Amino acid sequence: MNYVEYSSTGGWAAQALLISVLAVPALGALVVALLPARMDRGARLLATAFAAVTLVLTVLLAALQASDFGYFDYGTGPLALVPWADVNVPWVPALDVGFHLGVDAISYPLVVLTGLLTALCCAYTVWKVPEGGRGRTLAALLLVLEVGILGTFLALDLVLFFIFFEVVLLPMYAVIAGWGGPDRRRAARKFVLYTLFGSVLLLLGVFTVIVAAGTGDLVTLTGASDLSRTVQCSAFALFAVAFAVKAPLWPLHTWLPDAHTEAPTVGSVILAGVLLKMGTYGLIRVGVGVAPEGAAWAAPALGILAVVAIIVGSLVCLRQTELKRLIAYSSVGHMGFVMLGIATLTVTGLQAALIGNVAHGIITGLLFFLAGAIKDRAHSGELSELGGLRETAPRLAGLLGFAAIASLGLPGLAGFWGEAFAVVAAAQRGGPLWMTLAVVAAVGGALTAAYFLRLLRRVTHGPATPAVTGFAEISRPEWLAWSPLILLALVVGLVPALVLAATAGPGAALTGVLP
Amino acid sequence: MIQSVNHFALLPLYAAAGTALLVLVLELAVGRWAVPAGIAGGLATIGAAVTLALDPADTFCGPARCSWVATPPAAVMAVLFAALTIGVLALSAPALRLGIAPAGEFCFLLASSMAGGVVVAYAGDLITLIVGLETLTLPLYVLVGLRRFAPRERVTTEGASAAVTFFLVSVVSTALALLGAALLYASTGALHLAELTGGAGQFAPLASVGAALLVIGFAFKVAAVPLHAWAPATYDGAPIPVAAYLSTASKLGGVIALAAVAQRLDTGPLVAVLAVLTMTVGNLVALRQTRMIRLLAWSSVAQAGYILAPLAAGAAGVPAALAYAVFFVLLEFVAFGVVVALRGPGRDGGDLTEYRATGRHHPWLGAALVLALAGLAGLPPGLAGLFAKVTIVASLIDNGWGWLAGVVALNAVIALAYYARVAASLYAPVGLPSEPVPAAEPGAVATLTRVDVSRTVGAAVAVATLLTVILGFAPQWVFDALS
Repeated sequence: MNYVEYSSTGGWAAQALLISVLAVPALGALVVALLPARMDRGARLLATAFAAVTLVLTVLLAALQASDFGYFDYGTGPLALVPWADVNVPWVPALDVGFHLGVDAISYPLVVLTGLLTALCCAYTVWKVPEGGRGRTLAALLLVLEVGILGTFLALDLVLFFIFFEVVLLPMYAVIAGWGGPDRRRAARKFVLYTLFGSVLLLLGVFTVIVAAGTGDLVTLTGASDLSRTVQCSAFALFAVAFAVKAPLWPLHTWLPDAHTEAPTVGSVILAGVLLKMGTYGLIRVGVGVAPEGAAWAAPALGILAVVAIIVGSLVCLRQTELKRLIAYSSVGHMGFVMLGIATLTVTGLQAALIGNVAHGIITGLLFFLAGAIKDRAHSGELSELGGLRETAPRLAGLLGFAAIASLGLPGLAGFWGEAFAVVAAAQRGGPLWMTLAVVAAVGGALTAAYFLRLLRRVTHGPATPAVTGFAEISRPEWLAWSPLILLALVVGLVPALVLAATAGPGAALTGVLP
Repeated sequence: MIQSVNHFALLPLYAAAGTALLVLVLELAVGRWAVPAGIAGGLATIGAAVTLALDPADTFCGPARCSWVATPPAAVMAVLFAALTIGVLALSAPALRLGIAPAGEFCFLLASSMAGGVVVAYAGDLITLIVGLETLTLPLYVLVGLRRFAPRERVTTEGASAAVTFFLVSVVSTALALLGAALLYASTGALHLAELTGGAGQFAPLASVGAALLVIGFAFKVAAVPLHAWAPATYDGAPIPVAAYLSTASKLGGVIALAAVAQRLDTGPLVAVLAVLTMTVGNLVALRQTRMIRLLAWSSVAQAGYILAPLAAGAAGVPAALAYAVFFVLLEFVAFGVVVALRGPGRDGGDLTEYRATGRHHPWLGAALVLALAGLAGLPPGLAGLFAKVTIVASLIDNGWGWLAGVVALNAVIALAYYARVAASLYAPVGLPSEPVPAAEPGAVATLTRVDVSRTVGAAVAVATLLTVILGFAPQWVFDALS
């Protein structure tokens, strides 16, 4: 057995930075929740300030890379996972839990995305609080969600990863149940029970690995030299189902449309933007990382399910009549591409999955912001009642068009890279199965274009319906919340290296251990 | 033969039993200060248990074994019994002040029960264990039904019938446990817990029947299915603080007894079956409950299942079961404490609909209840409960009981459905169109306005909640204390 000494890397500044990325939003949530009711607006402003500081801190994590020589270790060193810097202290030795946080090229883009979306959502709540509860409670919950999501991306210990994975459950439940639409109770319950089902499987998987390996430390476990094939297969099966619920992968996706339809705008943005990524990230970091043989064993099944998800998601979208539900189902298709990329178990596939994750977070976040804005103005999300938006609100319609085109994967925008290279990776993998999967996925990509164009035709074109007349123009806070996402959709599309820089090494290290 | 007695080792028991006597004398002599005296006695018991833990000593020793064994888990359990007694006294204080139950008798009975708990914690042989359990339970029969009615108040017999149910079931279970102990003694000649074995040769079947009877007898105490039917009726009929004591201290006694037996006798399959039935039935029935106390009662049945599960693995699972029990009694106490605080003295738990929006009127109490329910469900922010669940699952997988870990995990999902329902109703706006609140009901009106929370109750809830939060971040302390 290979016990890890509790040793941290990076200087004290690096460790303080890592800790503060979690501590600042946690402190913010506490302070904001404790402020008295009469300071509601002030509390929301304060929450935004905390979220903004966290965003700055997450961006600063990139500075840790400068002092990094780990990149050159990949392939030659014994470890397949070399964080830029990490904090490692014992927490509950009785359960093999170490408080081990660290960041590397795979987690960094998602960490920044989380910081960005939370800050935007907090800013959005300053301007508009959805009906149902107090604004400051919502802002505090957003910060708690941020702690959970950031913790999941930063955790380098299996049990710690599981704990952060669980942290988001109840706050998200509360956001949907407290500030959601008319059928929010049922949707929230479905969300929380479904995802808890996923995370208890994760718990079983985590301890299957820990009992077999004697440690829960991901740095030691990644590459999994001393786990038997049986353990790897059973652990990966548990991990795959657990993350498939979260991601979500067909056929375990049914909680998603309900949750998205009922959730308030900020809830949908966080849910689609970063919460789902916990599933795909987990599959890469924990699933493939800890049980590579198991991953190789299950890859064909995972690939087939991913492609089915792409096709089913697209076909369902073609028949959808409700705006938010359509975007929700489009997430199923997009996450299918991400899953396909992971399932190929090639460097290209993993990179496609990583950029697909980030692109989906940016674009779908934007789409949900826009859908929320339209629904708030029109008091309806039915496509049949929303025709002619271009006539009454040309800017809003233009933005919706931009986001939809970005989402369907037009080259030059962020959505392109993930989808295209997932297909390329599957084709490169070769063999009849993977070629078929690549072809079918490509067809799914075309269907994606079809339903987004249908959406645009229904919503923006045609004669203006009564619901869309008298629309307010896009307000300044809305521009503020949306413009970073619009910019990023462009920038990531033009310079994918922004996300993919330095991921080739870790990707090769992850796939290199495969038989 | 004269046995030398180490009185230092008996300090916790002296403190606990002395508390009972002191309260009784105070009540007869001056007629007040029963509650403060009880609380002081509880603190003294904690002090004695800690002192003994620092310098462990056994007593009532035969040639080889002792009947009073001061192990680290024993100290933790003794402290817990005393702390729970203090807590329940604090929760009962407003009701006692109003004269809803006679203060002297109430405190005396509770202190006697605490003395029984201390005996259970330190017991080194089966007879001491069963006597301790009976001392722990006997005063509770009375406490469940102990209630005075104001002159014009409607007299209900719920408490009395709950007491009788509890009494009858408990007596039968004790008889079974005693029969089991007798069979075991007859077949193996062992009474000391450390010497219990499965028996050999022609006596083996007799010994296994004895072991099974012991497990079944003790399973009554933790309200394990199929021996659980008394619990919901008894909890709901009893005053809420007494129900809190039943579901924490009384259950803890059963857990210690079961752990003592299950770790040395081969009872794995029986315990596993009991565990699966208990958690599954408890959770499924809890889904349908509409009354607060009944829901908590069924949930505590289910929780007993989680505690039993690691005991299926025998001695290897005992630390996990005890750790879970520690976290569980804390969370359960917080949950009951909040209910007491929200309902005011002398009232029953009421319907779940009466708790609508109480979380908005009482943000701190609401937060404490959400913390407790989340913990019972095993989710953050109830980190203590999360670690408890993790301990169970880790122990089961470690000991090769993976399928049982799977059952525990699935049950956790079922359980969240009702915990989330209760927690959500605390923050639900009053009078949703789909579920109107019956305005004519007096209880509904009373909870919607602010209830004045008594200072002692508030303090008890605050301390327990704080402790839960701290142990949630530092669960290692519990594991360290138990080993």
